[in-house]
Amino acid sequence: MPGKQRTLIQLKNVKKHYFMGDNMVKAVDGITLEIKEKEFVSIMGPSGSGKSTAMNLVGSLDIPTSGKIFLDGQDIALFTESELAQLRGRKIGFIFQSFNLIPNLTAKENVMIPMTFQDQSREFSEAKAEELLELVELGDRMEHFTNQLSGGQQQRVAIARALANDPDVILADEPTGNLDTKTGELVMDFLQKLNNEGKTIIMVTHDPELAKEHSDKIYWLKDGKIEKITKGK
Amino acid sequence: MNKSRQYFNIALRNLKRKRLRSWLTMIGIFVSIATIFILVSLSLGLDASIQEQFKKLGSDKFFIDPKGQLAGPGTGGAVTFTEKDIRTIEKVSGVKEVSYWVLGSAKLEFGNKIRFANIAGIPLDRPNLWEETGFIEAEFGRTLKKGDSGKIDLGSQYYHNNVFERPVLVGDKISIHGKDFRVKSTLVTLGNPADDKIIYMGLKDFREVFPEKGERIDQITVQINEGADLNHVAEAVKKKLDNARDVDEDNRDYRVSTPEELLATIGTVLNIITAFLLGVAGISLLVGGIGITNTMYTSVLERRKEIGILKSVGAQNKDVLAIFTIEAGLLGLVGGIIGVIIGIIFAKGLEYVAVNILAASILQVAIPAYLVIGVLIFSFLIGALSGLWPSWLATKVSPVEALRYE
Amino acid sequence: MKLRLISLASKNIRNRGIRSWLTMIGIFIGIAAVVSLISMGQGLQSAVTGQFAALDPDKLVFTNTETGFGPPGSTAVNKLNEHDRDLIEKVNGVDIVVERLLRVVSFEYNDNVDFSYVTNIPEKKDSIDVMYDAINLEIEKGRLLNENDRGKVVLGNDFTGDDYGKEIRLGKKVIIQGKEFEVIGFLKKASTFTLNGVIIMPEKDLREILDIKDEYDLLIIQVKDRDKIGKVKETLERKIMDDRNLREGEEDFSIQTPQQSIETVNTVLDSVNIVIAGIAGISLLVGAIGITNTMYTSVLERKKEIGIMKSVGAKNSDIITLFLAESALLGLIGGIIGVIIGLSLAFAAAGAASSALGGLDFKISLNFPFLIFAALFSVVIGGISGVFPAIQASKLNPVEALRS
Repeated sequence: MPGKQRTLIQLKNVKKHYFMGDNMVKAVDGITLEIKEKEFVSIMGPSGSGKSTAMNLVGSLDIPTSGKIFLDGQDIALFTESELAQLRGRKIGFIFQSFNLIPNLTAKENVMIPMTFQDQSREFSEAKAEELLELVELGDRMEHFTNQLSGGQQQRVAIARALANDPDVILADEPTGNLDTKTGELVMDFLQKLNNEGKTIIMVTHDPELAKEHSDKIYWLKDGKIEKITKGK
Repeated sequence: MNKSRQYFNIALRNLKRKRLRSWLTMIGIFVSIATIFILVSLSLGLDASIQEQFKKLGSDKFFIDPKGQLAGPGTGGAVTFTEKDIRTIEKVSGVKEVSYWVLGSAKLEFGNKIRFANIAGIPLDRPNLWEETGFIEAEFGRTLKKGDSGKIDLGSQYYHNNVFERPVLVGDKISIHGKDFRVKSTLVTLGNPADDKIIYMGLKDFREVFPEKGERIDQITVQINEGADLNHVAEAVKKKLDNARDVDEDNRDYRVSTPEELLATIGTVLNIITAFLLGVAGISLLVGGIGITNTMYTSVLERRKEIGILKSVGAQNKDVLAIFTIEAGLLGLVGGIIGVIIGIIFAKGLEYVAVNILAASILQVAIPAYLVIGVLIFSFLIGALSGLWPSWLATKVSPVEALRYE
Repeated sequence: MKLRLISLASKNIRNRGIRSWLTMIGIFIGIAAVVSLISMGQGLQSAVTGQFAALDPDKLVFTNTETGFGPPGSTAVNKLNEHDRDLIEKVNGVDIVVERLLRVVSFEYNDNVDFSYVTNIPEKKDSIDVMYDAINLEIEKGRLLNENDRGKVVLGNDFTGDDYGKEIRLGKKVIIQGKEFEVIGFLKKASTFTLNGVIIMPEKDLREILDIKDEYDLLIIQVKDRDKIGKVKETLERKIMDDRNLREGEEDFSIQTPQQSIETVNTVLDSVNIVIAGIAGISLLVGAIGITNTMYTSVLERKKEIGIMKSVGAKNSDIITLFLAESALLGLIGGIIGVIIGLSLAFAAAGAASSALGGLDFKISLNFPFLIFAALFSVVIGGISGVFPAIQASKLNPVEALRS
């Protein structure tokens, strides 16, 4: 982690509470953290620790009940939902555990979608999508529909999609959760490569080994709070 | 029996679950059912009120009209009756009274305003059969009697509906074709704006106002003796008239109609019009039914797992069919109930407007119990029918497949 | 970019298969019903107004006020007479006045009696010429009447054939109102049924057999200069009101261009047509509700997808656009199919009616503006029906949506 790095995402005493019937659930109960450029960060915790909620907040996908979230220095509470969506689309690329590709679209079309929402031209989007799919070694499967692809292939399409708008941050929620060991390793290698090339990676996982192997910094969550912060490799 | 009730409960609960969707589906049904209901009740009502009017006439009268008229009676045509014909008819055995009238259109002037209306000339030296039956009845004043000259009876529109922008009162003078006439009575409303605008005057006066019409007679009404057979007498009259006019059955130049025949014709016309309009309204019901099909289809797709579970605990195809068909039927039924309620409100509203604002009390609305029940059953059946195909699809779901599908 | 959303929308419609079809069926039935009924109504109108044999725009029709419905003059309060005719002839700009009578007579041939319309040939030659010029009388057999004929008649095409037991031939005698007349011509089959069933006879004869004294049913006025027809009409109106001592608003007559008299009929037919189309329109309403229903279901089904799209940068407006595009497309496709079906139905019905009721010509005109309007209207209906579901879709919280 050389040199002076820009802070990309900042959470200040963020809490997220919601109601399940009559009960109030404190999913995230006061988290403060900073994600800097080029970091590889893991958010760790057992199930119920609030890490998924934390990830949604870090990714500006959700709004905190209290506390502040800053994306690229700007308070996201000041944005309208649409503005936030646009900003998020440019700055953050998501990779989900269950891939979350849009069914009935081809791999290429899935990768093109984020660019559509940023008003890119068709030629540009198509070229970029092809390039990205080559990158994840799916150049020969570009026109396949998502239900024609294996789990590993779908996850790679998801990675390509996440890179579509050249975001600063990649947010991966249990990226290897639904993959077999070998494919999982491939995906992690790829994420590592992206990090080496300068992208910030935030990974949520329940696997401590995985976290230690790849991350610079690990946030350990328990009961919605940060229990400890450790260094990775 | 118990099973059906259970199915109804299940169906009802399922509909409540998807509330918005059920409502949207039912809107389609109730709009079309309401339309159909209104049309039918208007038609029944109109039919009933026309029959009522005819009943007033009694079953002891029939009418004779000349053929070959240009438009309605009085428009002049090839054939005309004269006093001679009247005398011929009177002589027929079984005939009690003969009444007749002539029609003409004239220019009226009252209070500096000019209007145009139909004038009916009736012989005052004969009993007025129309008056006897209550068709013509004075609301204010006294109707024309033998010997009255220069006097007129006015239809109810002249008092109630401001033909001349203010009510014409008994005793007022109206100028018809330049001659002054004094109003002797204004009549009770018949409910038919055309008839309520007629002015009646004595035949002698009429002939003076319309000299160009000569001695013509436009319509004859015949009353038979008590206990006589109407058709019998009608036949006898035809024979005598044919003789007098030198025509036979093939080239008869007039028409004899009993109230029965007239009613039948009117009834037929009314039915044809109603059937046509119902057909058009039925199109919307068709679309509503397709809406039910669509909703049920979606429902089946969503509940594949549920169907699988049902089958795995012993439901047979016919049970699954029954559940979904009843659900579809319920959509139709509830839609139908709302439709009937809306239909009743609208129909009554229309009636109110017709009677109070348009003075057309002939336009009545009939809401017999059998119509309501019939429409409700019909709605349920439409619903069930529309849901038949999706329900059949539901039975095709295999239990194992459905449980695996997630 | 919008185009790609639209292609995404059309993909979604295709993927929902049967449900999209069922939704569109609703729309196209509704559109077909409205289009076919309105087209048939227009066809009926053209058939009916065609009956009133359109006269040229350089002629005016003069009648006295009617009190009821019927052929011109039949329910007139006062009949027109020679005094009126002479007065009109003298008015500046009036070229020729054609006197018209339209009555009903008894017609007997071979001991069969029936009643038919009869009309006159005017007495003067130049009036006759105007009449022949205005109403296209085409002779099939024999010849037309001229100003010298007496005791002769020309019959409409319906009189050919053997409705009377024996065929009526040229030169034969028929009995009209008890008097004998020689048949000297038959008209070609026309598209107006008044012409097909009419008897044409010299005016003097007609007056004699029906004992018509000084009256006319209507007067047709040919003006000298077509462009001045408006002025002539005004002058006529003033002269007649003066003559009859009437004040403004008390007119008991009407002077119309043939176009105007047709308009009166059209107004009545239009109202009827609108009522019927209105009832048909209810089915469109029901179809629109069907689209709303389908779209709501679509939102429910695609919650996750909406969440995904939002997570990759879709704004609320993008989501709304997508769903509106879908519902508008449903409307459009349904509308186009509906227009095609509706027109086909109308043509089929018109064809059947024309052959069944020979003599009436039900022309269905391809009123393109109307058809395009119908198609566009269904797009709008689709769009409007999809508004609420679209808004609901856009309001989904991405996190919750992804959780589905």
